[in-house]
Amino acid sequence: MSPPHPLQPDENPAGVHLPLDPLPGHSSRGRLERILRRGEFAVTAELNPPDSANPEDVYERAAIFDGWVDGINAVDASGANCHMSSMGICALLTRMGYAPIMQIACRDRNRIAIQGDVLGAAAMGVGNILCLTGDGVQAGDQPGAKPVFDLDCMSLLETIRTMRDEQKFLSGRKLTTPPSVFLGAAINPFAPPYDFRPLRLAKKIAAGAQFVQSQYCFDVPMLRTYMQRVRDLSLHEKCFILVGVGPLASAKTARWIRSNVPGIHIPDDVIKRLEGAQDQKKEGKQLCIDIINEVKEIEGVSGIHVMAYRQEEFVAEIVHESGVLKGRRPWKREPRADDALVADRLDHILHDELTERPGEMIRGAVE
Amino acid sequence: MSDTRPTSTTAAGPASTRPEVTPSNASGGMTQATIVRKTAPKSDYKPADVSPQRRIQRSYTVRLWSVRHSRFLEWFYARFADVFLLLHPLWKAVGYSRAEAPVKFVEKRVKGFMFDCRMCGQCILSSTGMSCPMNCPKQLRNGPCGGVRANGNCEVEPDMPCVWVKAWEGSRNMRHGDAILNVQKPVDQSLRETSAWLRVTALAAVERERAKQEAPA
Repeated sequence: MSPPHPLQPDENPAGVHLPLDPLPGHSSRGRLERILRRGEFAVTAELNPPDSANPEDVYERAAIFDGWVDGINAVDASGANCHMSSMGICALLTRMGYAPIMQIACRDRNRIAIQGDVLGAAAMGVGNILCLTGDGVQAGDQPGAKPVFDLDCMSLLETIRTMRDEQKFLSGRKLTTPPSVFLGAAINPFAPPYDFRPLRLAKKIAAGAQFVQSQYCFDVPMLRTYMQRVRDLSLHEKCFILVGVGPLASAKTARWIRSNVPGIHIPDDVIKRLEGAQDQKKEGKQLCIDIINEVKEIEGVSGIHVMAYRQEEFVAEIVHESGVLKGRRPWKREPRADDALVADRLDHILHDELTERPGEMIRGAVE
Repeated sequence: MSDTRPTSTTAAGPASTRPEVTPSNASGGMTQATIVRKTAPKSDYKPADVSPQRRIQRSYTVRLWSVRHSRFLEWFYARFADVFLLLHPLWKAVGYSRAEAPVKFVEKRVKGFMFDCRMCGQCILSSTGMSCPMNCPKQLRNGPCGGVRANGNCEVEPDMPCVWVKAWEGSRNMRHGDAILNVQKPVDQSLRETSAWLRVTALAAVERERAKQEAPA
Protein backbone atom coordinates (compact mmCIF):
# COMPACT_ATOMS: atom_id res chain seq x y z
CA MET A 1 0.00 0.00 0.00
CA SER A 2 1.43 3.35 -1.01
CA PRO A 3 0.89 6.29 1.33
CA PRO A 4 -1.94 8.65 0.51
CA HIS A 5 -0.68 11.66 -1.38
CA PRO A 6 -1.66 15.28 -0.68
CA LEU A 7 -4.85 16.25 -2.45
CA GLN A 8 -4.42 18.16 -5.71
CA PRO A 9 -6.66 21.04 -6.73
CA ASP A 10 -9.90 19.78 -8.29
CA GLU A 11 -9.68 16.25 -7.03
CA ASN A 12 -12.35 14.25 -5.27
CA PRO A 13 -11.04 13.19 -1.83
CA ALA A 14 -13.07 10.00 -1.93
CA GLY A 15 -11.28 8.75 -5.04
CA VAL A 16 -9.48 10.33 -7.91
CA HIS A 17 -11.61 8.60 -10.50
CA LEU A 18 -14.83 9.97 -8.98
CA PRO A 19 -16.50 13.09 -10.30
CA LEU A 20 -16.12 16.30 -8.32
CA ASP A 21 -18.87 17.90 -6.31
CA PRO A 22 -21.19 19.95 -8.47
CA LEU A 23 -20.64 23.70 -8.28
CA PRO A 24 -23.38 26.25 -8.85
CA GLY A 25 -23.50 27.45 -12.44
CA HIS A 26 -21.43 24.52 -13.65
CA SER A 27 -22.99 22.01 -15.96
CA SER A 28 -20.41 19.27 -15.49
CA ARG A 29 -18.55 17.82 -12.56
CA GLY A 30 -15.22 17.82 -14.34
CA ARG A 31 -11.98 19.71 -13.92
CA LEU A 32 -11.85 21.35 -17.34
CA GLU A 33 -15.01 23.38 -16.76
CA ARG A 34 -13.81 24.46 -13.32
CA ILE A 35 -10.50 25.67 -14.72
CA LEU A 36 -12.13 27.59 -17.56
CA ARG A 37 -14.75 29.14 -15.33
CA ARG A 38 -12.08 30.24 -12.85
CA GLY A 39 -10.55 32.19 -15.71
CA GLU A 40 -7.38 30.16 -15.91
CA PHE A 41 -5.72 29.58 -19.25
CA ALA A 42 -6.57 26.01 -20.15
CA VAL A 43 -4.44 23.54 -22.07
CA THR A 44 -5.88 20.47 -23.75
CA ALA A 45 -4.14 17.88 -25.89
CA GLU A 46 -5.11 15.14 -28.28
CA LEU A 47 -4.38 11.51 -27.52
CA ASN A 48 -3.25 9.48 -30.50
CA PRO A 49 -5.67 6.53 -30.38
CA PRO A 50 -3.92 3.14 -30.42
CA ASP A 51 -4.60 0.44 -32.99
CA SER A 52 -4.61 -2.20 -30.34
CA ALA A 53 -6.73 -3.75 -27.63
CA ASN A 54 -4.09 -3.14 -24.99
CA PRO A 55 -5.12 -0.69 -22.25
CA GLU A 56 -1.46 0.00 -21.47
CA ASP A 57 -1.13 1.70 -24.84
CA VAL A 58 -3.71 4.24 -23.77
CA TYR A 59 -2.20 4.74 -20.34
CA GLU A 60 1.28 5.25 -21.77
CA ARG A 61 0.04 7.76 -24.27
CA ALA A 62 -1.88 9.64 -21.59
CA ALA A 63 1.05 9.59 -19.17
CA ILE A 64 3.05 11.77 -21.57
CA PHE A 65 0.65 14.62 -20.82
CA ASP A 66 0.77 14.16 -17.02
CA GLY A 67 0.90 17.48 -15.25
CA TRP A 68 0.81 19.52 -18.44
CA VAL A 69 -2.75 19.46 -19.72
CA ASP A 70 -6.21 20.01 -18.25
CA GLY A 71 -8.08 17.76 -20.63
CA ILE A 72 -7.30 14.96 -23.05
CA ASN A 73 -9.25 14.65 -26.29
CA ALA A 74 -10.27 11.09 -27.11
CA VAL A 75 -10.75 11.22 -30.86
CA ASP A 76 -13.54 9.31 -32.57
CA ALA A 77 -12.12 7.52 -35.63
CA SER A 78 -10.60 10.77 -36.79
CA GLY A 79 -10.02 11.23 -40.46
CA ALA A 80 -12.42 8.31 -40.90
CA ASN A 81 -9.61 5.94 -39.93
CA CYS A 82 -10.36 3.04 -37.64
CA HIS A 83 -8.77 3.20 -34.17
CA MET A 84 -9.78 2.37 -30.63
CA SER A 85 -13.11 4.07 -30.02
CA SER A 86 -13.37 7.30 -28.09
CA MET A 87 -15.78 5.54 -25.76
CA GLY A 88 -13.18 2.87 -24.97
CA ILE A 89 -10.40 5.39 -24.46
CA CYS A 90 -12.64 7.43 -22.16
CA ALA A 91 -13.52 4.33 -20.15
CA LEU A 92 -9.82 3.72 -19.54
CA LEU A 93 -8.93 7.36 -18.89
CA THR A 94 -11.74 8.02 -16.41
CA ARG A 95 -10.72 4.92 -14.49
CA MET A 96 -7.33 6.53 -13.95
CA GLY A 97 -8.73 9.90 -13.00
CA TYR A 98 -7.87 11.75 -16.20
CA ALA A 99 -10.27 14.36 -17.55
CA PRO A 100 -11.10 13.17 -21.05
CA ILE A 101 -12.95 15.19 -23.67
CA MET A 102 -14.95 12.59 -25.54
CA GLN A 103 -15.35 13.39 -29.21
CA ILE A 104 -18.47 12.19 -30.95
CA ALA A 105 -18.50 12.20 -34.73
CA CYS A 106 -21.83 11.96 -36.51
CA ARG A 107 -20.32 9.95 -39.34
CA ASP A 108 -20.52 6.54 -37.74
CA ARG A 109 -23.58 6.37 -35.54
CA ASN A 110 -27.20 7.36 -35.71
CA ARG A 111 -29.15 9.27 -33.09
CA ILE A 112 -30.16 6.12 -31.23
CA ALA A 113 -26.57 4.98 -30.75
CA ILE A 114 -25.25 8.44 -29.95
CA GLN A 115 -27.78 9.22 -27.23
CA GLY A 116 -27.06 5.87 -25.63
CA ASP A 117 -23.32 6.55 -25.74
CA VAL A 118 -23.79 9.95 -24.14
CA LEU A 119 -25.55 8.35 -21.18
CA GLY A 120 -22.91 5.64 -20.93
CA ALA A 121 -20.07 8.14 -21.10
CA ALA A 122 -21.58 10.41 -18.47
CA ALA A 123 -22.14 7.39 -16.23
CA MET A 124 -18.44 6.53 -16.50
CA GLY A 125 -17.52 10.03 -15.38
CA VAL A 126 -16.82 11.71 -18.71
CA GLY A 127 -17.35 15.38 -18.03
CA ASN A 128 -16.73 16.87 -21.46
CA ILE A 129 -18.16 15.97 -24.84
CA LEU A 130 -17.02 17.50 -28.10
CA CYS A 131 -19.59 17.35 -30.89
CA LEU A 132 -18.24 16.95 -34.40
CA THR A 133 -19.68 16.20 -37.78
CA GLY A 134 -16.70 14.06 -38.69
CA ASP A 135 -14.70 13.68 -41.87
CA GLY A 136 -16.22 11.97 -44.86
CA VAL A 137 -15.55 8.22 -45.18
CA GLN A 138 -13.67 8.80 -48.43
CA ALA A 139 -10.84 10.39 -46.42
CA GLY A 140 -10.04 7.32 -44.39
CA ASP A 141 -8.77 3.80 -44.76
CA GLN A 142 -12.26 2.33 -45.19
CA PRO A 143 -13.81 4.31 -48.04
CA GLY A 144 -16.40 1.59 -48.56
CA ALA A 145 -18.10 2.27 -45.22
CA LYS A 146 -21.62 3.62 -45.10
CA PRO A 147 -21.59 7.28 -44.08
CA VAL A 148 -24.31 7.82 -41.49
CA PHE A 149 -24.49 11.57 -40.78
CA ASP A 150 -27.88 11.11 -39.16
CA LEU A 151 -27.31 14.20 -37.01
CA ASP A 152 -24.92 17.01 -37.74
CA CYS A 153 -22.69 18.72 -35.17
CA MET A 154 -25.34 21.35 -34.54
CA SER A 155 -28.24 19.01 -33.95
CA LEU A 156 -25.93 16.77 -31.91
CA LEU A 157 -25.14 19.70 -29.62
CA GLU A 158 -28.80 20.47 -29.29
CA THR A 159 -29.67 16.85 -28.62
CA ILE A 160 -27.16 16.51 -25.78
CA ARG A 161 -28.12 19.90 -24.38
CA THR A 162 -31.76 18.80 -24.32
CA MET A 163 -30.76 15.57 -22.59
CA ARG A 164 -28.81 17.49 -19.97
CA ASP A 165 -31.05 20.52 -19.36
CA GLU A 166 -34.51 19.16 -20.07
CA GLN A 167 -33.77 15.62 -18.93
CA LYS A 168 -35.22 13.96 -21.98
CA PHE A 169 -34.27 12.13 -25.14
CA LEU A 170 -34.83 13.62 -28.57
CA SER A 171 -38.10 11.70 -28.61
CA GLY A 172 -39.27 13.38 -25.40
CA ARG A 173 -38.89 10.30 -23.22
CA LYS A 174 -37.78 11.24 -19.72
CA LEU A 175 -34.32 10.55 -18.29
CA THR A 176 -34.13 9.75 -14.60
CA THR A 177 -30.58 11.12 -14.29
CA PRO A 178 -29.44 13.54 -16.98
CA PRO A 179 -25.84 13.45 -18.25
CA SER A 180 -24.00 16.36 -16.63
CA VAL A 181 -21.53 17.22 -19.34
CA PHE A 182 -19.66 20.30 -20.50
CA LEU A 183 -20.45 20.66 -24.18
CA GLY A 184 -17.87 21.48 -26.79
CA ALA A 185 -17.73 22.01 -30.52
CA ALA A 186 -15.12 22.63 -33.18
CA ILE A 187 -14.53 25.81 -35.16
CA ASN A 188 -12.47 26.47 -38.23
CA PRO A 189 -11.83 30.18 -38.74
CA PHE A 190 -9.48 29.37 -41.63
CA ALA A 191 -11.95 28.01 -44.20
CA PRO A 192 -14.45 29.81 -46.40
CA PRO A 193 -17.10 31.28 -46.19
CA TYR A 194 -15.09 33.54 -43.87
CA ASP A 195 -17.84 36.01 -43.01
CA PHE A 196 -20.21 33.19 -42.07
CA ARG A 197 -17.74 31.50 -39.70
CA PRO A 198 -18.29 33.79 -36.67
CA LEU A 199 -22.05 33.51 -37.18
CA ARG A 200 -21.70 29.77 -37.30
CA LEU A 201 -20.00 29.93 -33.90
CA ALA A 202 -23.01 31.93 -32.69
CA LYS A 203 -25.22 29.19 -34.04
CA LYS A 204 -23.22 26.54 -32.21
CA ILE A 205 -23.48 28.52 -28.99
CA ALA A 206 -27.24 28.77 -29.52
CA ALA A 207 -27.31 25.01 -29.99
CA GLY A 208 -25.46 24.43 -26.73
CA ALA A 209 -21.70 24.80 -27.19
CA GLN A 210 -19.95 25.98 -24.00
CA PHE A 211 -16.40 25.66 -25.25
CA VAL A 212 -14.89 25.34 -28.70
CA GLN A 213 -11.60 24.01 -29.97
CA SER A 214 -10.34 25.40 -33.23
CA GLN A 215 -8.64 23.80 -36.18
CA TYR A 216 -4.83 24.19 -36.37
CA CYS A 217 -3.90 27.85 -36.32
CA PHE A 218 -0.89 28.77 -38.43
CA ASP A 219 -2.19 32.13 -39.59
CA VAL A 220 -2.45 34.43 -36.57
CA PRO A 221 -3.61 37.57 -38.46
CA MET A 222 -6.50 35.55 -39.85
CA LEU A 223 -7.40 34.39 -36.34
CA ARG A 224 -7.22 38.01 -35.13
CA THR A 225 -9.74 39.09 -37.76
CA TYR A 226 -12.01 36.23 -36.77
CA MET A 227 -11.69 37.02 -33.06
CA GLN A 228 -12.47 40.66 -33.75
CA ARG A 229 -15.79 39.60 -35.29
CA VAL A 230 -16.34 37.20 -32.39
CA ARG A 231 -15.81 40.01 -29.88
CA ASP A 232 -18.09 42.32 -31.84
CA LEU A 233 -20.81 39.70 -31.48
CA SER A 234 -19.65 39.23 -27.83
CA LEU A 235 -19.52 35.50 -28.38
CA HIS A 236 -16.35 35.13 -26.30
CA GLU A 237 -18.44 35.92 -23.22
CA LYS A 238 -20.78 33.04 -23.88
CA CYS A 239 -18.25 30.38 -24.76
CA PHE A 240 -14.64 29.49 -24.01
CA ILE A 241 -12.47 29.53 -27.11
CA LEU A 242 -9.47 27.20 -27.25
CA VAL A 243 -7.16 27.71 -30.21
CA GLY A 244 -5.73 24.63 -31.89
CA VAL A 245 -1.96 24.62 -32.27
CA GLY A 246 0.64 22.03 -33.11
CA PRO A 247 4.20 21.55 -34.27
CA LEU A 248 4.91 20.84 -37.92
CA ALA A 249 7.53 18.13 -38.41
CA SER A 250 9.05 19.60 -41.58
CA ALA A 251 8.39 21.83 -44.56
CA LYS A 252 7.64 18.72 -46.58
CA THR A 253 4.97 17.62 -44.15
CA ALA A 254 3.52 21.11 -44.11
CA ARG A 255 3.24 21.08 -47.92
CA TRP A 256 1.69 17.65 -47.86
CA ILE A 257 -0.88 18.69 -45.28
CA ARG A 258 -1.71 21.84 -47.19
CA SER A 259 -2.50 19.99 -50.38
CA ASN A 260 -4.00 16.81 -48.92
CA VAL A 261 -5.82 17.66 -45.71
CA PRO A 262 -8.79 19.91 -46.34
CA GLY A 263 -9.51 22.56 -43.75
CA ILE A 264 -5.92 23.19 -42.65
CA HIS A 265 -4.60 26.51 -43.83
CA ILE A 266 -0.82 26.95 -43.84
CA PRO A 267 0.48 30.26 -45.18
CA ASP A 268 3.57 30.39 -47.42
CA ASP A 269 5.79 32.20 -44.92
CA VAL A 270 5.34 29.37 -42.43
CA ILE A 271 6.67 26.91 -44.99
CA LYS A 272 9.48 29.30 -45.92
CA ARG A 273 10.48 29.64 -42.29
CA LEU A 274 10.61 25.86 -41.90
CA GLU A 275 12.59 25.44 -45.10
CA GLY A 276 15.16 27.96 -44.02
CA ALA A 277 15.84 26.22 -40.73
CA GLN A 278 18.76 23.90 -40.00
CA ASP A 279 16.71 21.56 -37.84
CA GLN A 280 13.20 21.67 -39.28
CA LYS A 281 11.64 19.65 -36.48
CA LYS A 282 13.05 22.01 -33.87
CA GLU A 283 11.94 25.01 -35.90
CA GLY A 284 8.45 23.51 -36.17
CA LYS A 285 8.29 23.30 -32.40
CA GLN A 286 9.59 26.85 -32.01
CA LEU A 287 7.02 28.07 -34.54
CA CYS A 288 4.29 26.43 -32.49
CA ILE A 289 5.54 28.15 -29.33
CA ASP A 290 5.69 31.50 -31.13
CA ILE A 291 2.12 31.06 -32.33
CA ILE A 292 0.97 30.19 -28.80
CA ASN A 293 2.66 33.31 -27.46
CA GLU A 294 0.83 35.46 -30.00
CA VAL A 295 -2.48 33.69 -29.61
CA LYS A 296 -2.61 33.83 -25.82
CA GLU A 297 -2.56 37.64 -25.94
CA ILE A 298 -5.65 37.82 -28.15
CA GLU A 299 -8.66 38.94 -26.15
CA GLY A 300 -11.28 36.23 -25.90
CA VAL A 301 -8.93 33.26 -26.17
CA SER A 302 -9.36 31.07 -23.08
CA GLY A 303 -6.86 28.36 -23.82
CA ILE A 304 -5.02 26.25 -26.32
CA HIS A 305 -5.59 22.82 -27.73
CA VAL A 306 -2.29 21.16 -28.62
CA MET A 307 -2.49 18.63 -31.42
CA ALA A 308 0.98 17.16 -31.72
CA TYR A 309 0.17 14.07 -33.68
CA ARG A 310 3.04 11.59 -33.41
CA GLN A 311 5.06 14.24 -31.60
CA GLU A 312 3.18 13.93 -28.32
CA GLU A 313 6.42 13.97 -26.37
CA PHE A 314 6.81 17.62 -27.41
CA VAL A 315 3.58 18.72 -25.74
CA ALA A 316 5.18 19.13 -22.32
CA GLU A 317 8.06 21.16 -23.78
CA ILE A 318 5.74 23.32 -25.84
CA VAL A 319 3.50 24.06 -22.88
CA HIS A 320 6.47 24.67 -20.60
CA GLU A 321 8.42 26.90 -22.96
CA SER A 322 5.43 29.00 -23.93
CA GLY A 323 4.67 29.58 -20.26
CA VAL A 324 0.92 29.55 -20.78
CA LEU A 325 0.30 27.84 -17.46
CA LYS A 326 1.95 30.74 -15.57
CA GLY A 327 3.31 28.37 -12.96
CA ARG A 328 0.02 26.55 -12.50
CA ARG A 329 0.35 22.78 -12.37
CA PRO A 330 -2.53 20.86 -13.94
CA TRP A 331 -3.73 17.69 -12.27
CA LYS A 332 -1.15 14.94 -12.44
CA ARG A 333 -1.74 11.30 -12.03
CA GLU A 334 -0.07 10.00 -8.90
CA PRO A 335 0.24 6.45 -7.64
CA ARG A 336 -2.74 5.38 -5.61
CA ALA A 337 -3.24 2.69 -3.03
CA ASP A 338 -4.76 0.19 -5.40
CA ASP A 339 -2.06 0.72 -8.00
CA ALA A 340 0.23 -1.50 -5.94
CA LEU A 341 -2.41 -4.21 -6.07
CA VAL A 342 -2.73 -3.88 -9.80
CA ALA A 343 1.04 -3.92 -10.23
CA ASP A 344 1.39 -7.05 -8.07
CA ARG A 345 -1.34 -8.74 -9.99
CA LEU A 346 0.23 -7.83 -13.32
CA ASP A 347 3.59 -9.05 -12.10
CA HIS A 348 1.97 -12.29 -11.08
CA ILE A 349 0.31 -12.74 -14.45
CA LEU A 350 3.41 -11.84 -16.42
CA HIS A 351 6.07 -13.74 -14.55
CA ASP A 352 4.45 -16.68 -12.81
CA GLU A 353 3.39 -19.78 -14.62
CA LEU A 354 -0.31 -19.99 -14.09
CA THR A 355 -3.38 -21.38 -15.71
CA GLU A 356 -6.36 -19.13 -15.48
CA ARG A 357 -8.22 -19.89 -18.66
CA PRO A 358 -11.44 -21.65 -17.74
CA GLY A 359 -10.78 -24.46 -20.19
CA GLU A 360 -7.28 -25.14 -18.85
CA MET A 361 -8.50 -24.91 -15.27
CA ILE A 362 -11.16 -27.54 -15.89
CA ARG A 363 -8.70 -29.77 -17.64
CA GLY A 364 -6.27 -29.33 -14.76
CA ALA A 365 -8.96 -30.23 -12.27
CA VAL A 366 -10.01 -33.33 -14.21
CA GLU A 367 -6.46 -34.62 -14.50
CA MET B 1 8.78 7.09 -23.17
CA SER B 2 8.45 7.13 -26.91
CA ASP B 3 10.78 4.15 -27.17
CA THR B 4 8.41 1.92 -25.27
CA ARG B 5 5.48 3.04 -27.28
CA PRO B 6 4.04 0.36 -29.49
CA THR B 7 4.18 1.23 -33.12
CA SER B 8 0.87 1.87 -34.74
CA THR B 9 -0.24 -0.48 -37.46
CA THR B 10 -2.51 1.90 -39.27
CA ALA B 11 -1.01 5.03 -40.45
CA ALA B 12 -3.31 7.96 -40.74
CA GLY B 13 -3.72 10.41 -37.95
CA PRO B 14 -6.45 12.09 -35.99
CA ALA B 15 -9.18 13.89 -37.80
CA SER B 16 -8.80 17.27 -38.84
CA THR B 17 -5.24 16.65 -38.07
CA ARG B 18 -2.10 15.63 -39.51
CA PRO B 19 -1.45 12.84 -41.85
CA GLU B 20 1.01 10.13 -41.18
CA VAL B 21 4.47 10.73 -42.44
CA THR B 22 6.33 7.53 -42.94
CA PRO B 23 9.97 8.09 -42.30
CA SER B 24 11.64 5.99 -44.95
CA ASN B 25 10.86 5.25 -48.57
CA ALA B 26 7.31 6.56 -48.88
CA SER B 27 7.26 9.91 -50.60
CA GLY B 28 5.58 12.82 -48.88
CA GLY B 29 3.03 11.27 -46.57
CA MET B 30 1.56 7.88 -47.28
CA THR B 31 -1.57 7.32 -45.29
CA GLN B 32 -3.28 3.99 -44.91
CA ALA B 33 -6.07 5.55 -46.96
CA THR B 34 -3.64 6.20 -49.80
CA ILE B 35 -2.37 2.65 -49.60
CA VAL B 36 -5.93 1.32 -49.73
CA ARG B 37 -6.64 3.47 -52.77
CA LYS B 38 -3.44 2.46 -54.51
CA THR B 39 -3.89 -1.26 -53.97
CA ALA B 40 -7.48 -1.26 -55.25
CA PRO B 41 -7.78 -3.45 -58.37
CA LYS B 42 -7.20 -1.46 -61.53
CA SER B 43 -9.57 -1.58 -64.46
CA ASP B 44 -10.63 0.65 -67.31
CA TYR B 45 -13.80 1.68 -65.55
CA LYS B 46 -13.11 4.36 -63.00
CA PRO B 47 -16.34 5.84 -61.65
CA ALA B 48 -16.72 9.58 -61.84
CA ASP B 49 -16.89 11.55 -58.58
CA VAL B 50 -16.39 10.37 -55.07
CA SER B 51 -19.76 10.17 -53.37
CA PRO B 52 -23.01 8.57 -54.54
CA GLN B 53 -24.69 11.78 -53.44
CA ARG B 54 -22.97 13.57 -56.27
CA ARG B 55 -23.22 10.80 -58.86
CA ILE B 56 -27.00 10.87 -58.90
CA GLN B 57 -26.90 14.30 -60.48
CA ARG B 58 -23.89 15.24 -62.52
CA SER B 59 -24.44 18.82 -63.51
CA TYR B 60 -25.11 21.63 -61.09
CA THR B 61 -25.54 24.55 -63.48
CA VAL B 62 -29.22 25.01 -62.71
CA ARG B 63 -28.62 24.63 -59.01
CA LEU B 64 -26.11 27.48 -59.13
CA TRP B 65 -28.54 29.57 -61.20
CA SER B 66 -31.16 29.08 -58.50
CA VAL B 67 -28.75 30.29 -55.84
CA ARG B 68 -27.92 33.38 -57.92
CA HIS B 69 -31.61 34.13 -58.26
CA SER B 70 -32.49 33.31 -54.68
CA ARG B 71 -34.27 36.60 -54.11
CA PHE B 72 -36.60 36.07 -57.04
CA LEU B 73 -37.23 32.46 -56.03
CA GLU B 74 -37.99 33.56 -52.48
CA TRP B 75 -40.56 36.02 -53.81
CA PHE B 76 -41.98 33.44 -56.17
CA TYR B 77 -42.19 30.75 -53.51
CA ALA B 78 -44.10 33.06 -51.16
CA ARG B 79 -46.74 33.58 -53.87
CA PHE B 80 -46.72 29.92 -54.74
CA ALA B 81 -47.26 28.89 -51.11
CA ASP B 82 -50.21 31.30 -50.90
CA VAL B 83 -51.78 29.75 -53.98
CA PHE B 84 -51.32 26.30 -52.53
CA LEU B 85 -52.94 27.43 -49.31
CA LEU B 86 -55.86 28.89 -51.27
CA LEU B 87 -56.26 25.49 -52.84
CA HIS B 88 -56.48 23.90 -49.40
CA PRO B 89 -60.24 23.23 -49.78
CA LEU B 90 -59.50 21.50 -53.06
CA TRP B 91 -56.78 19.32 -51.53
CA LYS B 92 -59.15 18.49 -48.73
CA ALA B 93 -61.96 17.64 -51.15
CA VAL B 94 -59.70 15.45 -53.22
CA GLY B 95 -58.08 14.11 -50.09
CA TYR B 96 -54.48 14.94 -49.23
CA SER B 97 -53.54 11.30 -49.53
CA ARG B 98 -54.93 11.10 -53.06
CA ALA B 99 -53.35 14.41 -54.05
CA GLU B 100 -49.99 13.22 -52.77
CA ALA B 101 -48.98 11.12 -55.75
CA PRO B 102 -49.51 13.74 -58.50
CA VAL B 103 -48.21 16.62 -56.37
CA LYS B 104 -45.14 14.65 -55.42
CA PHE B 105 -44.60 13.73 -59.07
CA VAL B 106 -44.53 17.41 -60.04
CA GLU B 107 -42.63 18.53 -56.95
CA LYS B 108 -39.91 15.95 -57.39
CA ARG B 109 -39.29 16.91 -60.99
CA VAL B 110 -39.54 20.67 -60.57
CA LYS B 111 -37.40 20.84 -57.46
CA GLY B 112 -35.12 18.16 -58.83
CA PHE B 113 -34.46 20.29 -61.89
CA MET B 114 -34.15 23.58 -60.01
CA PHE B 115 -32.25 22.54 -56.89
CA ASP B 116 -31.15 18.91 -57.35
CA CYS B 117 -33.75 18.14 -54.68
CA ARG B 118 -33.29 14.85 -52.77
CA MET B 119 -36.89 14.69 -51.53
CA CYS B 120 -36.06 14.79 -47.84
CA GLY B 121 -39.67 15.84 -47.40
CA GLN B 122 -38.87 18.74 -45.07
CA CYS B 123 -37.76 21.49 -47.38
CA ILE B 124 -35.65 24.26 -45.81
CA LEU B 125 -34.55 25.95 -49.03
CA SER B 126 -35.77 29.33 -47.79
CA SER B 127 -33.40 29.02 -44.79
CA THR B 128 -30.45 27.94 -46.90
CA GLY B 129 -30.23 30.57 -49.60
CA MET B 130 -32.03 28.27 -52.09
CA SER B 131 -29.11 25.83 -52.05
CA CYS B 132 -30.37 22.36 -51.15
CA PRO B 133 -28.35 21.13 -48.13
CA MET B 134 -29.08 17.50 -48.95
CA ASN B 135 -26.58 17.80 -51.82
CA CYS B 136 -23.82 18.14 -49.26
CA PRO B 137 -22.03 14.76 -49.08
CA LYS B 138 -22.42 14.98 -45.30
CA GLN B 139 -26.01 16.25 -45.64
CA LEU B 140 -25.28 19.07 -43.24
CA ARG B 141 -28.30 21.23 -42.52
CA ASN B 142 -26.68 23.79 -40.27
CA GLY B 143 -23.79 25.29 -42.13
CA PRO B 144 -20.48 24.35 -43.74
CA CYS B 145 -18.11 21.82 -42.19
CA GLY B 146 -14.52 22.74 -41.44
CA GLY B 147 -13.21 21.03 -44.54
CA VAL B 148 -14.20 23.60 -47.16
CA ARG B 149 -11.28 24.13 -49.53
CA ALA B 150 -9.67 27.53 -49.89
CA ASN B 151 -11.30 27.93 -53.30
CA GLY B 152 -14.72 27.32 -51.76
CA ASN B 153 -15.08 23.79 -53.08
CA CYS B 154 -16.22 20.68 -51.28
CA GLU B 155 -13.81 18.56 -49.24
CA VAL B 156 -15.30 15.32 -50.54
CA GLU B 157 -15.96 16.41 -54.14
CA PRO B 158 -13.02 18.60 -55.16
CA ASP B 159 -14.77 19.96 -58.26
CA MET B 160 -18.10 20.80 -56.66
CA PRO B 161 -18.64 24.23 -55.09
CA CYS B 162 -19.49 23.76 -51.40
CA VAL B 163 -23.24 23.71 -51.00
CA TRP B 164 -22.97 25.89 -47.91
CA VAL B 165 -20.64 28.47 -49.44
CA LYS B 166 -23.33 28.87 -52.10
CA ALA B 167 -26.06 28.87 -49.46
CA TRP B 168 -24.38 31.74 -47.66
CA GLU B 169 -24.07 33.70 -50.93
CA GLY B 170 -27.70 33.00 -51.80
CA SER B 171 -28.96 33.95 -48.37
CA ARG B 172 -27.25 37.34 -48.61
CA ASN B 173 -29.50 38.18 -51.56
CA MET B 174 -32.69 37.20 -49.83
CA ARG B 175 -35.08 39.36 -47.88
CA HIS B 176 -35.31 36.83 -45.05
CA GLY B 177 -31.82 35.48 -45.60
CA ASP B 178 -31.01 35.56 -41.90
CA ALA B 179 -33.11 32.43 -41.52
CA ILE B 180 -29.80 30.71 -42.27
CA LEU B 181 -28.83 31.50 -38.66
CA ASN B 182 -31.60 29.33 -37.18
CA VAL B 183 -30.58 25.96 -35.79
CA GLN B 184 -32.29 23.27 -37.85
CA LYS B 185 -33.67 20.09 -36.36
CA PRO B 186 -32.22 16.79 -37.57
CA VAL B 187 -33.84 15.32 -40.66
CA ASP B 188 -36.81 13.08 -39.94
CA GLN B 189 -35.88 10.13 -42.12
CA SER B 190 -39.43 8.79 -41.99
CA LEU B 191 -40.56 11.74 -44.10
CA ARG B 192 -38.27 10.95 -47.02
CA GLU B 193 -39.95 10.84 -50.42
CA THR B 194 -43.00 12.73 -49.23
CA SER B 195 -44.34 16.06 -50.45
CA ALA B 196 -43.02 19.04 -48.53
CA TRP B 197 -45.45 21.31 -50.39
CA LEU B 198 -48.52 19.49 -49.12
CA ARG B 199 -47.12 19.22 -45.60
CA VAL B 200 -46.40 22.95 -45.40
CA THR B 201 -49.85 23.74 -46.83
CA ALA B 202 -51.65 21.48 -44.40
CA LEU B 203 -49.72 22.93 -41.47
CA ALA B 204 -50.39 26.48 -42.65
CA ALA B 205 -54.08 25.63 -42.95
CA VAL B 206 -54.16 24.43 -39.34
CA GLU B 207 -52.38 27.60 -38.30
CA ARG B 208 -54.91 29.72 -40.23
CA GLU B 209 -57.83 27.92 -38.61
CA ARG B 210 -56.40 28.53 -35.17
CA ALA B 211 -55.84 32.21 -35.93
CA LYS B 212 -59.44 32.47 -37.12
CA GLN B 213 -60.76 30.86 -33.97
CA GLU B 214 -58.68 33.06 -31.73
CA ALA B 215 -59.46 36.30 -33.57
CA PRO B 216 -63.11 36.80 -32.48
CA ALA B 217 -62.44 35.76 -28.89
